[in-house]
Formats: sequence, structure tokens, C-alpha cells
Amino acid sequence: MEDKKIAVSLRDVSKRFGKVQANSKVSLDIYNGEILALLGENGSGKTTLMNMLAGLYFPDEGQIVINGQEAIIANPRDSFKYGIGMVHQHFKLVDVLTATENIILGLNGKLGKKQAREKIVEICDKYGFDLDPDKKIYDMSVSEKQTVEIVKVLYRNASILILDEPTAVLTPQEVEKLFNVLRKMKADGKAIVIITHKLHEVEELSDKVAVLRKGKYIGTLITKETTIQEMTDMMVGESINLDIERPDPVNPKKRIEVKNLSVVSDDGLKKLDDVSFDINSGEILGIAGISGCGQKELLEAIAGLQKTCDGSSITYIGDDGSKEEIVGMDPLKVSRMGISFSFVPEDRLGMGLVGNMDIVNNMMLRSYRNKGIPGFVERKEPRKLAEDVVNELNVVTPGITTPVRRLSGGNVQKVLVGREIASAPKVLLTAYAVRGLDINSSLMIYDLLNQQKKKGVAVVFVGEDLDVLLALSDRILVMCGGKVSGIIDGRTADKNKVGLLMTKLGGEE
Amino acid sequence: MFNLVSFIPRAVAQGIPLMFGSTGEIITQKSGNLNLGIPGVMYVGAMSGVIGSFYYEQSVGKGNLNPFLAVFIPLICSLFGSLLMGLLYSFLTVTLKANQNVTGLAMTTFGVGFGNFFGESLIKISGLDVPSIALSRTSACFSAKLPFAKSMGWFGKVFLSYSFLAYLAIIVSIVAAIVLKKTRVGLHLRAVGESPETADAAGISVSKYKYLATCIGCMIAGLGGLYYVMDYACGIWSNDAFGDRGWLAIALVIFAIWKPDVGIFASILFGGLYILYLYIPSMGHMEYKELYKMIPYVVTLVVLILSSMRNKRENQPPAKLGLPYFREER
Amino acid sequence: MENKRREPLFHIVKRDTLPAWQSVGIRIIAILIALVVCAILTTALTGDNPFDVYYTMFQGAFGTERKTWFTLRDLSILLLISLALTPAFKMCFWNIGGEGQVLAGALAAAACMICLEDKIPDPVIVLLMIVTSIFAGAFWAFIPAICKAVWNTNETLSTLMMNYIATQLVAFFIIKWEVPKGSGKIGMICQDSHVGWLVDPMGNKFLLSIIVAAVITVIMYIYLKYTKHGYEIAVLGGSVQTARYAGIKVGKVIVRTVCLSGALCGVVGLLLVGSVNHTLTTTIVGGQGFTAVMVSWLAQFNPFVMVLTSLLIIFLDRGASAIATSFGVNESFSDMITGIILFFIIGCEFFIRYKVIFKKNSAEATVNTAKAEAKENSTEKIKDKATANEEKEDEE
Repeated sequence: MEDKKIAVSLRDVSKRFGKVQANSKVSLDIYNGEILALLGENGSGKTTLMNMLAGLYFPDEGQIVINGQEAIIANPRDSFKYGIGMVHQHFKLVDVLTATENIILGLNGKLGKKQAREKIVEICDKYGFDLDPDKKIYDMSVSEKQTVEIVKVLYRNASILILDEPTAVLTPQEVEKLFNVLRKMKADGKAIVIITHKLHEVEELSDKVAVLRKGKYIGTLITKETTIQEMTDMMVGESINLDIERPDPVNPKKRIEVKNLSVVSDDGLKKLDDVSFDINSGEILGIAGISGCGQKELLEAIAGLQKTCDGSSITYIGDDGSKEEIVGMDPLKVSRMGISFSFVPEDRLGMGLVGNMDIVNNMMLRSYRNKGIPGFVERKEPRKLAEDVVNELNVVTPGITTPVRRLSGGNVQKVLVGREIASAPKVLLTAYAVRGLDINSSLMIYDLLNQQKKKGVAVVFVGEDLDVLLALSDRILVMCGGKVSGIIDGRTADKNKVGLLMTKLGGEE
Repeated sequence: MFNLVSFIPRAVAQGIPLMFGSTGEIITQKSGNLNLGIPGVMYVGAMSGVIGSFYYEQSVGKGNLNPFLAVFIPLICSLFGSLLMGLLYSFLTVTLKANQNVTGLAMTTFGVGFGNFFGESLIKISGLDVPSIALSRTSACFSAKLPFAKSMGWFGKVFLSYSFLAYLAIIVSIVAAIVLKKTRVGLHLRAVGESPETADAAGISVSKYKYLATCIGCMIAGLGGLYYVMDYACGIWSNDAFGDRGWLAIALVIFAIWKPDVGIFASILFGGLYILYLYIPSMGHMEYKELYKMIPYVVTLVVLILSSMRNKRENQPPAKLGLPYFREER
Repeated sequence: MENKRREPLFHIVKRDTLPAWQSVGIRIIAILIALVVCAILTTALTGDNPFDVYYTMFQGAFGTERKTWFTLRDLSILLLISLALTPAFKMCFWNIGGEGQVLAGALAAAACMICLEDKIPDPVIVLLMIVTSIFAGAFWAFIPAICKAVWNTNETLSTLMMNYIATQLVAFFIIKWEVPKGSGKIGMICQDSHVGWLVDPMGNKFLLSIIVAAVITVIMYIYLKYTKHGYEIAVLGGSVQTARYAGIKVGKVIVRTVCLSGALCGVVGLLLVGSVNHTLTTTIVGGQGFTAVMVSWLAQFNPFVMVLTSLLIIFLDRGASAIATSFGVNESFSDMITGIILFFIIGCEFFIRYKVIFKKNSAEATVNTAKAEAKENSTEKIKDKATANEEKEDEE
């Protein structure tokens, strides 16, 4: 390892956005022929740091040294010039263009699609990618899109490769494939940085691991010589008990019966295919699956926001055993029947809240109809509720009249969850409730869910982190390609089994 | 009896200003800028050309115009005038990230005012009694047609009886279509309108493309104004005569589903609808003519609704149309 | 050493919200600069002393009591159209069809007057005029609204087309009803009988539209801020997904709100025919449907601020007419001036929402920005703006 050369060296790099110090005086070396894992919690500044290498942001302070010389990366073009290529977490692809067109986007010279296609096929053969160069992006799966992104970087002969959370959207099998590709590139002498917060991936893949915390550089470790505990400590700063409490289910009774639920999207794709399962009161039902396997549609169908196919049935069973068919009813109709649903959607600011409105106005989003003089809105109760939520959930905000758009991700989520719980629901649906949240906020959310469970609420928790799902849920429903591939007991479930079910390999009947 | 051979040239003459306008607007919209200022730009384009030719005619006095200069000076003036408008729009919406709808409407207010103000001033200078400026000598140079067109019967009349600006409009549209479809610049431009953050990450200068597309688009649209005055109106400028053609050009963009080559036919079709009322008998009732004039708008509305009902992926506007781009948005 | 770097000279960051007085200050300064620019332009084009010109403008708008009344009435009409369009805009429905909706209302009112003049009693006709014009305006807005709600048809373009259809429809009826035959004009409707002429409160023929505008301003403010409808509009304007999630019937709210817009435009049509003009022409709205879009936007959809923004536009308009007569400049000059002032106001929004940080003192600037933000005075930003505007022609 001694003969490895430094490819990139960051020296005292700082960047701030408004009042947020995203990076402060970060120094970091990246070596050729090595895989460096950049580890940190959400919001620790990993992506910002790498975006400065990619030329999207310009550092406020500090130097970037590439191959021994100071480099000024003012825009992405400079970044390519220095051989840096970045695969962003949110893919930077143009939907209506083909793979080839996306790959050659931004290059100079004649268009030459034919030669480009040849070169793409060559790259795919070399590293073992499976890619149709003429396919439009909007027809592609997530993993295909990622392949396009990686090929795009290789097409430019990048020698320094940065991947931002590349595994978040992949199946375990696809992850393995990706890792093999990355190892091949490493063998080619390329410098690779992979941004992640998944520790087992760090262990499996990387040579070194650099840790960021709250925008500051904490240190670099040799992967072989460290332990998960050590990395976690560096990442979170203090030792946090990672154990999530799991109280026993409280008098579980069937609350919702989903039968033969199918959903077809606007462009004719089958999003849910004949899904049947039960949701019980007093327990947490975890839903696992690779993103885009129908979890979103499933929750929205139950919440009455998704058109369902004929033959689908969603039955609500009241405390007294009375049954109500609620499929195809909009949320308003369902709530008028006296059934109280709460729903924490995946897209917080795009669906659960109105970004430009203040906390008070957001509090009344689901209840404004029934309160106050007919025709006029009533803001006294929502104001009280806003104050309560802010105080009890420790929402960091200048005040309850601050537009929620200006709060940080975790605080936005607390506002949303706080509101949904306040309506004393019978059923609580949550989608990716802890995505983007730091550990403390996540723990608070788990705690809130458990409290609801203890109150006898039927909780549905759609998650992406298998460890959390396994620790929190009483039962886990695994989805794959719009179908239920298995329902297993959360207490006895095995992570590998779930992973296989997610890809249907283990779930084949 | 409906005379197709005389109808088509008139439809084309009506369609050419719209063709310039819609081609310009398509290029602009492909970059993600929804320029509602096109009506103003076309006024400015027309008026700049009028000013240029007015002073050239004045300077020559009673002598003969140099045909090259008579065309060249108004052309350059017109392009320059619309270029300034394009720069103004780009500066406000791209650099200062202003609301595009409002900026466009303000530009239309300004542009129409500009055209009518200088129009009136020139009318005053020329000292005529009629409320219009006649630049018939310049117009003669602009509307010069192919000499052999007359000798070719209906074929000559339908295909060859137009001035060079008309052919230029078609050429510009075809070139624009090819550039958008087949070249790297076109690819980059489409990327900028569809997903500026992607284009940015790929090293394409979003601002540069937006500026360029908007300015070139405005210059093309401005030519539509110039064609209207110099050829269609035979060099006679009277205030407000250009009417609402600018707005129609914007509507045509949808009609042409953001494809300049489709725009050629859409413009001519629209031009035909625009004058159809002259060909439908009104049976002695003048008021029916007014109803017939409604046809192009009704047809556009119907096309607009039908295309939104079909909702095909390929026929949709650029995804980020009308939205400013700010890289460090968080 | 810094100069050798090929780094950007300055970069732009988003601001947190400025205190109200600062953002108002920036806007006022922008208008002042715009007035200076317009003054220079005026002098260059007319050779007259700009102060004389502005004085004349002021005289033209407020010089005599009568002129002030005229200004106030024009103001009330523009304000009413702006108010009418506002609920739709707040919902992100870009209704630029105010023109057509007003025309539809005006046509309905005129139709009642012309067709029923001798047939039924005056009060019934007035009642019918009110009902039909409101209905006509609402109907004209209903068509684009329902298409938007069902097929997501682009409303900017459909409302635009509806304008022309309304114009042609009015043109058709004008020829049908023309007095005298062949003139292409209707002339004063019910000139002798005064049937269908709306009341002039306290004998003042300007007052009716002013009172209506004042009342509707207050009602619109309350409607948007304190009613459930207003809340639904705001949610829908924020995000359609959220609205659906909150159980709001998106299509219903779109149709309801846009029809309300149209109905209010219909009221304007009623006022124009029944009170202001007593006649009907195709240009009776005079492009105010478009101007109102800007008025509403400049006021950030606040009905009370709209009084000021529409006053600004009307002042320019009437002032320019005065210049036209006394300096021999034509009236289109006011459009140019309005355009220029709008450019400055539109441009200055940038300095309210963003701030420019220059690289030279970047180290200090970035560290201090947070603290300095409150202290930073707006004039500095305006200076930036002024230079920026001067350079706009060279801007790449």
C-alpha cells in the first residue's frame, strides 16, 4: 500500500450555505488504486464535500490539490478535465433522452452517436455492465439508470470516481454486482470514493474509511484494522444505544383487510399485483422492499389517494367488529365515515406539508374542515397544537409562524409526524419516516411509533434500512415488483432471508 | 368557387410571421424559458426595421435605393432590436431569476408601446396626413420574387411566388429542427430545458444556453415582425396593425408540439384559417365574418385540449419550462 | 495571487426572508431608479425637462378634482380585474383570460339592455344584467378551468384563446346591433331611456365602481386569508399532491376558484357597460386583463398592496396621456414607461431573494454574512443592481 499515490488532496476546505456550515476546514487525501468510504450521518456534509470536487459548488475556503498541483474546479467541466467523475445520489439524467445521449451529454465536438455507442458497448463489455444504449431513461429501472451514470463517468476516462450512496436503491444482488465492478476499477488503478452510511458496506468494500461529523473531518481509519463500534462512535460522536425498543403487541386484532389489491399506473405499468394481507391493531407492520416496488402505491391506495383496479378490496374492521369497504374512497369520504387514518407520506414537503405555509397552517391541513364557523378557518386550536408539537418533539424553529420549508429535514418530519399522531388515529401509515434523519431524531420517531402501538393503533412502517425494520416491526411484509413475496415474523426474521425475498429469489413458490 | 391556387399563397403569407414567431419561441422554450414577451419582441423587430429603412430612404432622398442596402439595413436593425429584447428577457429571468410570465408580459407591454411610440413619431416626422408610414420602395426590395415564378402556372404561384424572407422562414425552421434533432448543440439545449441540473452536472453552461436560445429565438421572432411590415403590409406601418400575431405564435408552439418542422405546416394551416373568413360566403350578413374570424382560435383551443387529453410523453412541453434554475438551491 | 485563480468573481446565495421594511425599501429604490431612467429617456426622446414631464404627469393624474376622479375610477377597474385574477393565481392557475371574461360579462350586460329595453321594467333588467354578466364571466372561465381540472390543459394558452373568441363574439354582436346601420358601432346604449344604467351613488358617476372595488378588496382579503376556500386555494397553490392528501378535491377547487375569478371579471364587464361607458366595443377592456396579471403579481397577491400597484400603473397611464397632449408625445409612451418601471421592479425581486457575495473579500464575507446580514443596508444591493442594469447589454 505504500506505493499508492495521492490522487486528490483536500486542504482546509470550507463551505457554507446561508447560516448552515456544511463543511468546515476539511482535509482529506484520496489515493489511486484504493476505495475510500466517506462515512457520516445524514447532513454531515459528505455530499457537499464531494460536490465541490465535482464542480457543482465552489469552496468558500481551502485548496484542492490534484496529482500534486493546486486545482481550481469552478464548474463540472473543470472537474472532468481533472479526471473526476461523480455519480450523484439523485441521478442527473434527462428522462426523454436515450442512454447514449445522456452519456455523451456535455462533451464537445461532433455528435457522432454511432461511435459513442460503440465505445459504450466496449466499456460495458470490459466491466460487465448490462445496458441498452438506445433505451430511453424513462423506461429504465433504477439500477439501469445507475449503470448509465457509471458508464457516463467511465466514458470520460475518469480516474477518480465518486459515488454518492450508490446502494440505497439497489437489491442486495445488484449491490454485489456493483461492488465487483468497483473492485475491477480499483484494480485498474482508479481512485474511488463511495459515500455511505451503511457500515457493513464500508467493511465489505473499502480499504480506508474517512469519517465526517457535522461538517468536520474526524479522521481516517484503515478498514481492516477497525471495528463497527469504532466507526459508529466516530460517526455519531457519542455512544448511542442503537437498540430499538420493541414492546409486545397490544391485543392485536384485525383492523384492515387488504384483498386482491391491484394498481396500474397512468403509463400502464402494473404497480401492485394482487396484494393481500392484514394490518392488525396494536402492532407495527414493517414493509420491506427495494424502493419503487409498490410500497408507495400500497400506502396511497389504503389512504385513498390511488386509483385501484376492479376486484380490489380494502376492508376496515372497527372495534366492534363492524366491516366497512373503503376501497376507492377518497380520504375525505373515509374520514366522514368516522374512520381516522393518519398518513406520513414519503414526500414530506411535496405531499404531507405545504412548504410555504407556517407550522400553524400546516397543523390544520387535515382538520380545517370540521372546525370553526362554517366557511371560515379556525386557527386557535392549530396554534395550540403547533406549540405543543414544537415543545414536545423539540422542533428547532424560530417560531410557529415560520414556513416549514425553512426547517431542516428532521424538524420537518417531526412537524408532520406530530400532526398525524395528534389526530388520535386508528391506523398510522408511515413511508420512510426516518429517511434523511439523524440518529437522535430517528430514535424519537421510533419511540413515537411504539407509543402509538401501545395505544392500540395499527402502525404500518415502510422502511429501507433492514436493520431498523428487523428491530422495530412485529411482522414484516416483503414486497418485490408489486407483489407480496412474503410475510415474516419480525422477531425471528433473518436479514438474509428478507434480502432474498426482496429479490424474489427466496420467495418463489 | 373556392380557389385553392389563390388561397394557398395568401395562407402562406399569413403564416410566415407566425412561422418566424413560433420557431423563435420553440427554440426559446426548448431552453426552458417560456417567453410571453414574443408579441413585444415582434413589434420591436418590426419597428427597428422600419426605423432603419425609414432613415435609409430619407438619406437617399429621391434617388434610387441600393437594393442590397435597402434589405440589409432594416434586416440588421431588426435583428439588433430583437436581440436587445432577448438580452433583456434573459438578464431578468436567467441572471436575476425573475418570474418568466410577468417578465414576458412586461416585455410585451414595453415592446408594443415601443413599436407604436416610434411608429407615431416617424409618422409625425414624415408629415403625412394618413396615420401610417409608407416604405414602399424598401418594401419593393423585400418582396422581390423569383422572376420565373410567373411563367410556371399554378406551380409557380403556389410554391415560388414568395419573397426571400418567406423562404428564409422555412429554411430557419428546417435548420432549427435539424439542429435540435441531430447536433450536439441541440442535444445540450434539450437537456437544459428538460433538466438543467443534469445539464449543469454534465458541464453544460445552463445560463449560456438559455441566453443564446432566448436571444436567437427573439431574433428569429423579430424577423416575423419585419416580414409583416416589409412584405405582407407592403411597407406600410400603421399602429397596432400587427395585431395579436405574437400571441398566436406562442399558441402555435403547442400546435406544433415543440417541433419546428411541424411548425412550418402548422403556421401555414393557421394562416389559412386566419383568412378563411374571406372565402366563406356571408350571405349578405357582415356580422358572420366576425364569427368566421373566430375559427383559428377555436381550432387552436380544440387542438390544445385534444393534445392534453392524449397526453403522450413525446409531445409534452420541456419538463422545466417556466422555472428558473439556481444551482445552489437547497 | 488571488487574481490568477480562475474562480468565479462572485457567487449568489439565497437569503433568509428580509425584514419587511428592507424589502419595501428595495422596491421603492428600484422604482426611483426606474423613474430616473425614464426621465433620461424622456429627455432624450422629447428634449423636454424631465421634471416638467413628471409634473405634467402628476397634473394629468391628480391635477384637478375631475382628473382625480377619473384616475380613481380607472384604478378601481384595474384593481377589480387584478382582484378577480388573484385567487386563481394564488392557486398557480395562470389565468391570462381576464380580458375575455370581462368582455363576456360586458356582452351579457349589453345584451340585456339592448334586447329588453322596452319590454320589462328597469329594476328587473338591472337585476338580470347583474346575474347574466356574472354568469357569463364565470362561464368563460369555466371552459379552461374544467379542461385544466380534467386533462391538465395548459391554462395560459387556453385562456388566451378564449380572449380572442370573446373578442370575435363581441365583434359579431356589435355589427348585429350597430346603431346606426353600417357604422360598426353600437353607440350609447339606451341613451334616452337610461334603462339598465346602474345607479350613480350621490349623483357621482365615478363612485359606483370605486365603492365596488373598495368592498371587493376587503372581501377578497378576508376570503383569501380567513375562509376555508382561501385556505384550500393556498394549499393547492403550494402543492397539488398535498391538497389531494389533505382530502381537497383538486378539480372542484380549481373549477370553483377559476369560476369565481371569471364571475368577478363579469362584474367588471357589468360596471364597464352599465356604469362607466354605457356602450360596448371590442376594446372596452383595453388590455387590462394582461396588466392585471402584473398588478396582482407585483403585489404578491395581497389585495391591499394591489391598490398601490394598480395605482402606480394607472398613474403612469393617465400621466402619459397628459404628456401626450401637452408635449406632443403619443400615448404609447406610457406603455414604454410602464414597461421600463416593471423591468426594474421585476429585477429588484432578485435582490430581495438573493444576495451577491463578491470573491475578493470572500473569506471575511462568508464568515460574516450571517452576522452582517441584518446590518447590511439595502442601498448597497441597489448599487449592485444599478451597475448590473447598466451592464445588462454586455452581459453574456
